[in-house]
Parts: sequence; structure tokens; C-alpha cells
Amino acid sequence: MSASQAIPKAQESRIVRYTLDERIHHWLAGLSYVYCLITGLAFWSPYLYWLAAVVGGGAVARFWHPWSGVVFTISVVWMYKLWHKDMATTDADWAWSKAMKYYVENDDEKLPPAGRFNYGQKLFFWLMLWGAILLFLSGLGLWFVESIPAWLRHLSIAVHVIAALVTIAGFIIHVYMGTAMVRGGFSAIVTGEVTSSWARHHHRLWYEKAVGRK
Amino acid sequence: MSQASAQIRKISAHPGPVPGANTEPTYTVCKLIDTTTCIGCKACEVACLEWNGYPFRETVFDNTYQTMPQTEWNYWNLIKFNEVEGADGSISLLMRKDQCMHCAEPGCLAACPADGAIVQYSNGIVDFQQENCIGCGYCVNGCPFNIPRFDPATKKMFKCTLCVDRVTQGLEPACIKSCPTGCLHFGSKDDMKDLAETRAQQLREHYGLANAGVYDPPGVGGTGVIYVLHDVTNPEAYGGLPKNPSIPWVVRLWKGPAKWIGNIAMAGGVLGVVLHYMRFGPKRVEEQEEKKGGES
Repeated sequence: MSASQAIPKAQESRIVRYTLDERIHHWLAGLSYVYCLITGLAFWSPYLYWLAAVVGGGAVARFWHPWSGVVFTISVVWMYKLWHKDMATTDADWAWSKAMKYYVENDDEKLPPAGRFNYGQKLFFWLMLWGAILLFLSGLGLWFVESIPAWLRHLSIAVHVIAALVTIAGFIIHVYMGTAMVRGGFSAIVTGEVTSSWARHHHRLWYEKAVGRK
Repeated sequence: MSQASAQIRKISAHPGPVPGANTEPTYTVCKLIDTTTCIGCKACEVACLEWNGYPFRETVFDNTYQTMPQTEWNYWNLIKFNEVEGADGSISLLMRKDQCMHCAEPGCLAACPADGAIVQYSNGIVDFQQENCIGCGYCVNGCPFNIPRFDPATKKMFKCTLCVDRVTQGLEPACIKSCPTGCLHFGSKDDMKDLAETRAQQLREHYGLANAGVYDPPGVGGTGVIYVLHDVTNPEAYGGLPKNPSIPWVVRLWKGPAKWIGNIAMAGGVLGVVLHYMRFGPKRVEEQEEKKGGES
């Protein structure tokens, strides 16, 4: 995956970026989210109802969608437990956020250094955390529809739809950046390791701390 | 679920009339419930169970004559008993047969995400097709009358079918058949409206019920079940009959504009990242580090 494979620099040192615990919960969240996305889109539009057939039919999709949502919520909350300190906004983030234009345009030399996570990653994390909480709570309203008053049913629909669309926006950007755009990111969350130059380039403050230069 | 096959109009080389001609209604059907002549005998409740093949289920006593608090997945027809105190201190015991209203614009059908799980026949009857139902309960959100019910065993939704299997064979619904007072009527929507208006006028002119009227709410396009009420200005008194029922605006937004806004946004998001990749491409660390190294 990473470009280092193309350039045979076997001696380049690799450092641990994600622990096994972090990677397991990331992928648990990722897979359960994708399942909820496929089945949720099937319920969302008649033109996408065929997606339900892909995962075993409408009734099967309906049965597992809420349980997959429970798995997603638990794994996101677990990631909060793992990452909430690293995800707190710092002064370095404000400088980075002002220069985000350069990140988008791949002018990375003009960017201020980032910590373990850059400001964009932090935004995505908090978006998914709050998204998961809102999707879970409103999902309960859709799940146990017969047990709640009408106003709560209708509030649940509105919240579930809005939260789903916002997380889908984040999800599209996240998958794009993690695979196509930021090379090395995908292998990092699979194997847990990145090259030193990757760490220095993308997360210099974290890199310096990790190698004990500060 | 209808067992109906289409009515034959012409038969080749057949002496005499077409068998069964004019038995199946070709018009919009309607059930009229005259609450002023209902005696709360519950014959309709029993007839409904009998015809649809459900066992009698346990009752819930709540100090009234009512069988249970609300209709259930296998108990589609329930008389609601309500004691209401009038302005002069008099007590009325109001009895209303509660069941699916068979709306002309059904909220359940609008909310349903499963292809073919809810249909509206050309005679106006709204029917759940359990073989296509996924049991999501969205119909509960769409219904302003709180009618669809979930069966936990089969994970399907159920409700009154207006005995579509009887109606398409030229019979009246089972509840109509069983009513001993004649407070239930069945026929075309036009005929039932006429009959209901005549009765309401009679109640206003001869029984001193100045507010007597017909309940056929326009918010859902009119209903396939209409009521004559002693006081049409206060339908809530009859066990929660909504005054101005309509498909909830959240459901209409959800199934209407939100769908297209959301779909365009999602497609735009995918298109956006593709365009970004084509314009700016990937971030490759090694190349940039080398370039930087060469510059310094």
C-alpha cells in the first residue's frame, strides 16, 4: 500500500502508530457502520432497496440493522475511551486549521506540524462520536416504535436521518483520505505501523515525541 | 391478502349472463359506523376474529367494558368505551368501533420502505402484504390513527383488511354482517356519505344533538371508514379519534424533499472526492521528502 514498498528502502525504520486494540475497534466500527449504511440506504430509498437483497433480503436487513448499530455505538464509545486525550483540540490545531487549504491542495510544506491526529482527523472523530450517539438514541425510537409517543417517533426519524446524512458525508471523506489520498494511512490502520518519514511528514509533533526528540 | 381473481366481463359463446356479474364492487367501498346506535355488544370483535381465524386473546380489565386498551396484531377490531361528562353534568357512554380507517391517502403506505408491503386496491381498501413486509414499523410512524401492529413471532405488521377477501367475492365485511343493531353499514363511499349525512341531519333536527355530524377527515383524503358522531366537534372524546388527522409532516418531509436533498448530497460527496483526486492526487510522503531534501 504505502509508497515505501515501491522504493525498496527496507532499512527504513517503522514505528507503531495504532495498537491492536485501536485497530480492532476501528475495524469493528468500520464494518458495522458499512453494514448499517448498506441496509440503511435500502430502507432510505425505493431505488436503493435492492441493496437489501445483497445482504439477505429486507427482513434480514431489518433484523440486523439495529444490532449492527449497537456494535457500532459500542466500538465508537470504546474508541472514545482510547483516543479522547489525543483528540482534544490543541493550540497547534488552530494554526493547522487556518492552513487547512494547503492540506487539501497537497501543499503540505506550508502546513504547521500536527500531533498524533491532525485537526481534520479530530473533527471526523468528534463528528462520528456524536453521530453515533444521536444515531443510537434515535435508532431506539425507530426500533421500539410502538412503545413511545408519536412526537418522539417523529423526532427520532428527523434525528436519525440528519445524523445519518452527516456521518455519511464524513464517511465518504474518511474512506477517500484513508485509502486513495493519504498513502500509507490504510496500511497503518491495518498493520499498525508507519514509516518514520511518513510519521515525520504527517504528524511531526507526535513523531518527535515518539522517538524521544522532545 | 386477497385470493381474488378479476371479475369476468364477457364470455365467448356463453348463453345467458356472466356468472357472478355485478357481485364484486367496482367502486370505492366504505364502512359507515353510526356511533349513536352502537350498543357495545362486541359482536363485530368476535366476527372479526372468527373470519380472520385468530383465537380470542387475553383481555385487560380497566374498569370499563372495553376488551383491551388498544387493537393488537391479531385483534384488529376493538370497541372503545368512554364515559364523557357533558357541560350540563350529564354522563354519556360513548362507544366507538376502532379499526383501520382505510385512508384515501394512507400514511402507512407513504412511510413504508419495502416494495409491495402495503397496497391500496382500486376499491380503496388499504392492505398489508405480509410476504413483502420487513417488520420495520415505519407504517406506525405514518399512521395518524395508531393502527399498525407488530407480531413479534413472525416479525410482520398486521391490521384490519376491511375483509378484502370477502369484499372481492361480493360479501360485506364480517363485522358488518354481525352487527345486531344495524349501526354498521357497507357500500359505496357515495352511498355511505349520503346515509351518514341523512342520519346526522336526523340527529340534529330530532334528537337535540346540535353538533351531530359525519367524521370523514379531509387531511388524509377522506377515509374508507366513516363515523356518525353525536358531537363531531370533539372526536377525541371517542377514545382518541384525532380531530384533524394527516400524514405527519416529518414523514412527508422524510419521504419527499429530504430524500432528494440527501441523495444529491451523497452523490455530490462521492463526486467531490473523485474530482479532488483527479485535481490534486494522492499525498506521497517519500516523493515529497526527497523533493524537499533536494531543495535544501
